[in-house]
Amino acid sequence: MDSFEYFRTRNVKEACALLSQYGEEAKILAGGQSLVTLMKQKLVSPTYIIDIKGIPELDYIRYDEADGLRIGALATHRSLEKSEIVKDKFFILAEMESSLASVPVRNWGTVVGNLCHGDPASDVAPALIALGADATLTGKEGSRVVPVEDFFTDYFETAVRPEEIVTEIHVPPVREGEGCYYKFAHRATDLAAVGMAIHVIMDPVDRELCKDIRIVMGSVGPTPLRSKRAEDFLRGERLDEKRIEEAARLSSEDAEPTTDINGSEDYKREIIKVLVRRTIKDAAVRAAQQ
Amino acid sequence: METLNITVNGEAIEAQIDPNTTLQKFLHDTLGLTGTKEGCGSGMCGCCTVLLEGKAIKSCLVLAIQTQGMTVRTIEGLADGETLDPLQKAFVEKGAIQCGYCTPGMIMSSKGLLEENPNPSEQDVRSALSGNLCRCTGYHKIVEAVLSVGHR
Repeated sequence: MDSFEYFRTRNVKEACALLSQYGEEAKILAGGQSLVTLMKQKLVSPTYIIDIKGIPELDYIRYDEADGLRIGALATHRSLEKSEIVKDKFFILAEMESSLASVPVRNWGTVVGNLCHGDPASDVAPALIALGADATLTGKEGSRVVPVEDFFTDYFETAVRPEEIVTEIHVPPVREGEGCYYKFAHRATDLAAVGMAIHVIMDPVDRELCKDIRIVMGSVGPTPLRSKRAEDFLRGERLDEKRIEEAARLSSEDAEPTTDINGSEDYKREIIKVLVRRTIKDAAVRAAQQ
Repeated sequence: METLNITVNGEAIEAQIDPNTTLQKFLHDTLGLTGTKEGCGSGMCGCCTVLLEGKAIKSCLVLAIQTQGMTVRTIEGLADGETLDPLQKAFVEKGAIQCGYCTPGMIMSSKGLLEENPNPSEQDVRSALSGNLCRCTGYHKIVEAVLSVGHR
């Protein structure tokens, strides 16, 4: 790892001031589970490291019935995974976290950090997008809110400006429906070769009628992708085998997977179909049980 | 250079370090605690697993300077003098050690698990150890060893 000048900040204001001063030459460090890996490989060599790990006001998971869930920038993956309120009201997030890397990585790495890294294979992004979450980006001048769906702009690029820090993720309350997160990976702790987050709302009277659905695919394009044609195809219709099969086919068509170490483009397109099928079925069963 | 103050295996340490020093390098090279090894260097193999504030972390992916004021426990800090920790005894008894390279990381991860979940299921153990790779044993005896301590 190349050397750098190190700042340990005590509050958000201090961190933003440093970012304003050093701009693109600086990187924010929280858990570093992604950043330190890149720095060790010399893919990234920031001149300045602004450590925010010690800012207590950023480490929280808060829930309010009207407002929903608020995840502070320093909330670890493990704390989201183990939170009773998350397991109860936002199960897809706990499910997603339990499949992410390994326990030691989840103990120190942060949920927000994963988003900011901008890896299209992120597990966090599809699950948050399926729940309609947004992120708060804070700079010296103030804050702005960006839907997580618009957060990723390209491979490892996000909407965050050089002088901004993501301080919080907000997940609206889940009033109806249930979610499911499945990922396909060759080994237990691998990043997703294909990730699938689905949130479905079944009709309260006709339990096989899909009232609404969100299908979000990870690792099959430069950013997480919503499978909108499949969503439109299923919305307001019964979820029978034929319709799910067609939704799977549409998702596979709309994805943009690339051939890499995890498999060929064709292989991934097949896996997408399998995952859409399995994830919709399990999400629908959970939603119908509500 | 930054001044680092941490407690390692119960001992207060003060050292001058370069901020680009990982916790693993600090423990292994500076403190001579060679049980904590760098296998892959990218947080996948688990040979560098230690307990930070009682929680298992990959020390090769944590900058030492971030552990300011914290407590670290390495494999060297488990035994009480000549008396082995129950996990260490179990690994020996069950034949869960072949070349021994993954062993410190396996034990520290398992220790982290048992502190949180004193009576884990087999699946709990396998999930907790998914970040620790072993090329020799096929994992079966390692899992047996951890389960034997859990169910005491």
